[in-house]
Amino acid sequence: MRSELAQSGLGDFAVLNVDTFTKPFWDAAREHRLVIPQCDDCGTFHLPPSGFCYECDGESISMTEVSGAGEVYSFTIVRHPVVPALVPVVPYVIAVVDLDGAPGARLVGNVIDCEPEAVRIGSKVSVVYDDIDDEVTIPRFVLA
Amino acid sequence: MTRTPTTAIAGIGRTPYFKRGASVPRTKLQMACQAIKAACEDAGISVKDIDGFAYYSGGFDTARIAQMLGIPEVTFTASLTGGGGGASAAVGLGAMAIDAGQATHVVSLMTLQQTPDARLGAAFATKGKSAYSAPSESHVDFVAPSGLFSPGQMMSVLAMRHMHLYGTRREAFAEIAISQRENAIKRPTSRFTEPITLEDYFNARMISDPLCLFDYTQENDGAVAVITTSAERARDLRKPPAYVLASAHGGKGRWGLAYQQMQMPDEYFTSSGHRPVAKRLYEQAGITPADVDVALLYDHFSPMVLMQIEDYGFCEIGEGGAFVEAGNIRYGTGTIPVNTHGGNLSEAYIIGMTHVYEAVEQVRGEAVNQVEDAEIALATGGPASIPTSGLLLGRSA
Repeated sequence: MRSELAQSGLGDFAVLNVDTFTKPFWDAAREHRLVIPQCDDCGTFHLPPSGFCYECDGESISMTEVSGAGEVYSFTIVRHPVVPALVPVVPYVIAVVDLDGAPGARLVGNVIDCEPEAVRIGSKVSVVYDDIDDEVTIPRFVLA
Repeated sequence: MTRTPTTAIAGIGRTPYFKRGASVPRTKLQMACQAIKAACEDAGISVKDIDGFAYYSGGFDTARIAQMLGIPEVTFTASLTGGGGGASAAVGLGAMAIDAGQATHVVSLMTLQQTPDARLGAAFATKGKSAYSAPSESHVDFVAPSGLFSPGQMMSVLAMRHMHLYGTRREAFAEIAISQRENAIKRPTSRFTEPITLEDYFNARMISDPLCLFDYTQENDGAVAVITTSAERARDLRKPPAYVLASAHGGKGRWGLAYQQMQMPDEYFTSSGHRPVAKRLYEQAGITPADVDVALLYDHFSPMVLMQIEDYGFCEIGEGGAFVEAGNIRYGTGTIPVNTHGGNLSEAYIIGMTHVYEAVEQVRGEAVNQVEDAEIALATGGPASIPTSGLLLGRSA
């Protein structure tokens, strides 16, 4: 799908600058899978992908697939368009989500397809995949 | 005191403050040089006495400034990394250069000109198909596609969780905006001098929940410069020295990019990032929060003032809301007057240097809203990605 949010103009900002360590995340998103870097040695999850474990100094990191279910850790409702291109986009919700199965790594994403005022800290959410174009897919969330 | 101060701020200077973009046709460097000259005049030294430059937030081109002003010889020029978080530490950087014998009169400054293509509120907007662009890196992909572009949106996320965890109310953020406006009213330098009522606050448009218009800093043009020199030299100059009691910058590694990435540990997610800096600052100076007479806390967004009040130990963590609502930060009546100059919210936003300026005036005893017998003033840099910073200035050595 290409979300209404993306169609309203936010999709124009999905310009990725992928590097060695973030590529697997974005490749998986393209396949509608959510993968989070996890240290092979100590099991710590991290975002954004960096190639290093901040906990044990390890450099052996694997991508662990998660369900995409999670809980809103915090959020804001953006009402003011900081650039003109966002005039048709506001209001929109930006949430910071604790992902089930990947404690310690938080994913920032929009909560879409609901009234912005319906979102709360602690709201259960699940991931949806926003296919922006032929190359880029952005994970977002809906209320579970 | 654990150590006798060896350095002091001897001069402060500034240009008028303008609404964003309104300083044109002045140039940024013109304003910088005018602020430097004003600071030299204040200190009673010649511009030709300057030999050091200590910056933050990317710094400025010393080559051009030194050439324009005809500085006889530059012996030190350096900048902190990061952004506005380092504001107060630029003075500390200068002080270190003086202590190390690398310079005698060091300028720290900020000059800002927010023309339509240089507005910080869209700082993190990626290029896309809009006219705005920011150099982007791979980690930005984890926030920008969600439309998380502005510092205010980011701070809103922290404020929302603070409210959730501690029951902090919008009334507390309102009190910060209202009290700072009260402080600004009497000042000729202030950009905003109309009183704000609680009703005005709640009627203001929301920008990014839970923050409304009055929770946001202004956008301004202007320049502020300060001259740091040795304590001994400062005693011979025109104005009373504002002794550098302590300066610290940095932060926990995992604070890192902070709200630009939202990966901070739960323990200090809803903080200003200043806790470790505050601890080192007080240790260096050998004082406690109770010894601080006036706090100039970087106020890009009102909730971050509240979190600094907690992180600098003026109240317990989580109790900032009740503390502020009880009137504790009011000038004249509160237990710890905060942002007596009106701050970024009401006086002007020059990325933290107005706070240093006010701290100097307070310990000199020449502030517009002078705190009676102010001995020690705290000035902070922005709650931001690493580094954050703090500076303690004292009337006495």
